[in-house]
Amino acid sequence: MALNNERERAITVDLVAQHGLKPDEYQRLLRLIGRPPSLTELGIVSAMWNEHCSYKSSRLHLRKLPTHAPWVIQGPGENAGVIDIGDGEACVFKMESHNHPSFIEPYQGAATGVGGILRDVFTMGARPIACLNLLRFGAPDHPKTRHLLAGVVAGIGGYGNSFGVPTVGGSLGFHRRYDGNILVNAMAVGLARTDQIFYAKATGVGNPIVYLGSKTGRDGIHGATMASAAFDDDAAGKRPTVQVGDPFAEKLLLEACLELMASGAVLAIQDMGAAGLTSSAVEMGAKGNLGIELDLDRVPCRESGMSAYEMMLSESQERMLMVLKPEKRVEAQTIFHKWGLDFAVIGTTTASLRFVVKHQGRICADLPIKELGDEAPVYDRPWRAGPKLPLITAQAVPPPIDNGQALLRLLASPDLCSKRWVFEQYDHFILGNTIQSPGGDAAIVRIADGPKGLALCTDVTPRYCEADPREGGKQAVAEAWRNLNAVGARPLALTDNLNFGNPENPAAMGQLVLCLEGIGEAARHLDFPIVSGNVSLYNETNGQGILPTPSIGGVGLIADVGCSASLAFKASGQTILLIGRSEGWLGQSLYLREICGREEGAPPPVDLDAERQNGEFIRQLIVEGRVSAAHDLSDGGLAVALAEMAIAGNIGANVTAPSPTDPPSHAFFFGEDQARYLVTAAPAVAEAIAREAARRDIPLAAIGQTGGSTLTLAGLPPILVGTLRSAHESWLPAYMAAPGG
Amino acid sequence: MQAAVITFPGSNRDGDVARALHRASGQKPHVVWHADQALPTNTDLVVLPGGFSYGDYLRCGAIAGHANIMTAVREHARRGGLVLGICNGFQILVEAGLLPGVLMRNAGLTFVCRRQCLRVERNDTVFTRHYRPGQVIDVCIAHGEGNFAADAATLERLEGEGRVAFRYCDATGQIAAHANPNGSAHAIAGIYSERLNVLGLMPHPENFIDALAGGSDGLALFESLAAFRSGRGG
Repeated sequence: MALNNERERAITVDLVAQHGLKPDEYQRLLRLIGRPPSLTELGIVSAMWNEHCSYKSSRLHLRKLPTHAPWVIQGPGENAGVIDIGDGEACVFKMESHNHPSFIEPYQGAATGVGGILRDVFTMGARPIACLNLLRFGAPDHPKTRHLLAGVVAGIGGYGNSFGVPTVGGSLGFHRRYDGNILVNAMAVGLARTDQIFYAKATGVGNPIVYLGSKTGRDGIHGATMASAAFDDDAAGKRPTVQVGDPFAEKLLLEACLELMASGAVLAIQDMGAAGLTSSAVEMGAKGNLGIELDLDRVPCRESGMSAYEMMLSESQERMLMVLKPEKRVEAQTIFHKWGLDFAVIGTTTASLRFVVKHQGRICADLPIKELGDEAPVYDRPWRAGPKLPLITAQAVPPPIDNGQALLRLLASPDLCSKRWVFEQYDHFILGNTIQSPGGDAAIVRIADGPKGLALCTDVTPRYCEADPREGGKQAVAEAWRNLNAVGARPLALTDNLNFGNPENPAAMGQLVLCLEGIGEAARHLDFPIVSGNVSLYNETNGQGILPTPSIGGVGLIADVGCSASLAFKASGQTILLIGRSEGWLGQSLYLREICGREEGAPPPVDLDAERQNGEFIRQLIVEGRVSAAHDLSDGGLAVALAEMAIAGNIGANVTAPSPTDPPSHAFFFGEDQARYLVTAAPAVAEAIAREAARRDIPLAAIGQTGGSTLTLAGLPPILVGTLRSAHESWLPAYMAAPGG
Repeated sequence: MQAAVITFPGSNRDGDVARALHRASGQKPHVVWHADQALPTNTDLVVLPGGFSYGDYLRCGAIAGHANIMTAVREHARRGGLVLGICNGFQILVEAGLLPGVLMRNAGLTFVCRRQCLRVERNDTVFTRHYRPGQVIDVCIAHGEGNFAADAATLERLEGEGRVAFRYCDATGQIAAHANPNGSAHAIAGIYSERLNVLGLMPHPENFIDALAGGSDGLALFESLAAFRSGRGG
């Protein structure tokens, strides 16, 4: 049959460029098929070979990441990663970005980001039990920031709350480098039986391919291509490429899919996310070494007169593609109709390794499936490392104000202030298993009636990554590892969401390459493999890229949630122990930025041996029930960590002066040296802990006692805990309530 | 005490409330699909759980109020059977005409999820007998539309007849604007029907049944219900 170029436009150089295909990529396509493509084919190829779907700039470097461990069931390459958490149970999780759409339309962009990641998790047969997110916005005084933040938070809440999964944690920060490209990274975590995991790989020739879920409309066409290009001033003009979410439909899809999976009818399943029907069908076929033939006349459509091109590129939400056992078809159909969802057989698997699309009796596309899918182009893009930044000594940072004032100002700064205004818009109590709510180092969710639980966190420090991508990459992993240890969890695996600028710019590409090296090194050293992830490049507007932001989502296991720790001071008269070495590192610290107005210097180095040693020590102390509170030290250093513990527990503390061998007091209190924790314990227990630390060569110092209603830092007037709290709590609500923006 | 939890397509705290009932009574509730016509014959208590019944894009609970099963629920209530509606369930009870008033968008215009203190206004009903009178309990709220409103006459009647079940308060039991999370009239968090057999409330006692997971102040509501003995000896 001749290929039909019906009503289709001639394929011109401009049209190819509009589809984001580079001239050499178009030549590659011509060589592959030996003729000019139809418009539908051009659309399909552009959807599969864009950065978002093909990972063509990052794939070479992603291959270097450690992805294996005895407890890893499924690493990167599937809808989500899967790890074994014992007792026949598996944890399924992934993080994914929806940056570009959220900037264009914050509510729907963020909502469909949550919807997409939830689908990735339940596609694998897991019931979602928690969501987290990592958000970055432009400078607070940028005219769009308030509007974008309000819309994104409402969108995340709107989708997750309605779907019925608790949003238990996250990270929120601001920087002018995100003015034109915000980051919305959503993470979902689910539970499945280890012997009931479902994969995208199609099996068997002649099996029915079934379309499930909502109908296909004209929304989100070319969303993935939009997300694979930098913005210019006309970002708002791309609004039609943003999808519209329906969490109610997603909830129905979840229940119907899990019921269908339990019936034994499902051979393969893939959600329709980026690049919709195209991507899901091609991935199923390519992974299973099978061809796919689709008949678009059978696709349930929301509107009439949709062309093959539109159907193949629509990113309408809440849709799934499955390969079913033929004999179970009727049973499957009954389940879907019970939930009021569409069910249509729209194609079959074939032995041809071709991706064939028919519409109204004509063939609209006939392409080789492997080259579209897992053999898409890969680039080794040129990259270069930025200059090494100088080390800044504490002596070179004269304190402009006293430490007490600095502490209050830091607590009220946009990056360190309480994020209550945000997380109170997320349902974090649903399912009744939230042991630790947002606001701690890591969230804890119990598994069913316990005693087992999962600790979850999202982390990255973009200013460190900008200053030294390699150390920054290491730090992001180490910070996640620390946050999990600080609640008493054994870190098991991570998911990453690599947000970077334009990979065609060697400097931005260098940040990606070096961050990945750092992530790989830390993950290897800490036995903390990467099991899933997502890459978001082209986060650039008018030539200005974002801070390099490799978000890390960490998952750890707690054997008994009754033996976990939180950061709040629990009682008076407890000894406060500082664990880890303090050298007063002020380079790239928030003190330097917020108090001195300088974004300078090399970031704190990450000593992975110390991380492992100190982290394991803390975890042991918590599991043995010897400490009453634990907190990792990060942004803002020791003083901020102490204040957070005091605020959370509504108990003050008296902190002694650093010893003469310690750094100057402002560096001691605000330095951001890594691998450090604070714990509290009864005095006698604290002495035993100190002896044990000495035996193991772990730096430890008793720095004060809990009690009273004030936090007293050596040499300064006491500050009421209530004063700390109002500084910490008031900035964000006041900012959001202010007019303008 | 035999309970039946009604499941709408968008219910999402049906499992949570079933768990609380099971923990308090040792007995699993029936699960009844919204499209069904009848309740199981031995049902003492019908529970309408939290969620977004039909997506609630129109008005919360508006469509669910007309679901098939609601005819049976109305009849059950008319006979004096117990009905508990939590959050979306409260909204459905109001839409179905089983309780007065309306639940408007929160005064702050955003969804609010937080721990919340409630004052138990009376402990002589089948729902609250395991609480002390005036007890302050710590549970949670999670809703976008929980701002209870009614005309002056209805509010006066609710107050006069002792039909306010719970009020939002601070940790000391004081009613104050800062302790009212959604702008509800008279700080009303939950109300009874005339015969005290139907209770609707916005907060989620079913998520606070365990000291490890938030707290256990919600459990006494389910224990009160578990102690109920129907006239049929069931």
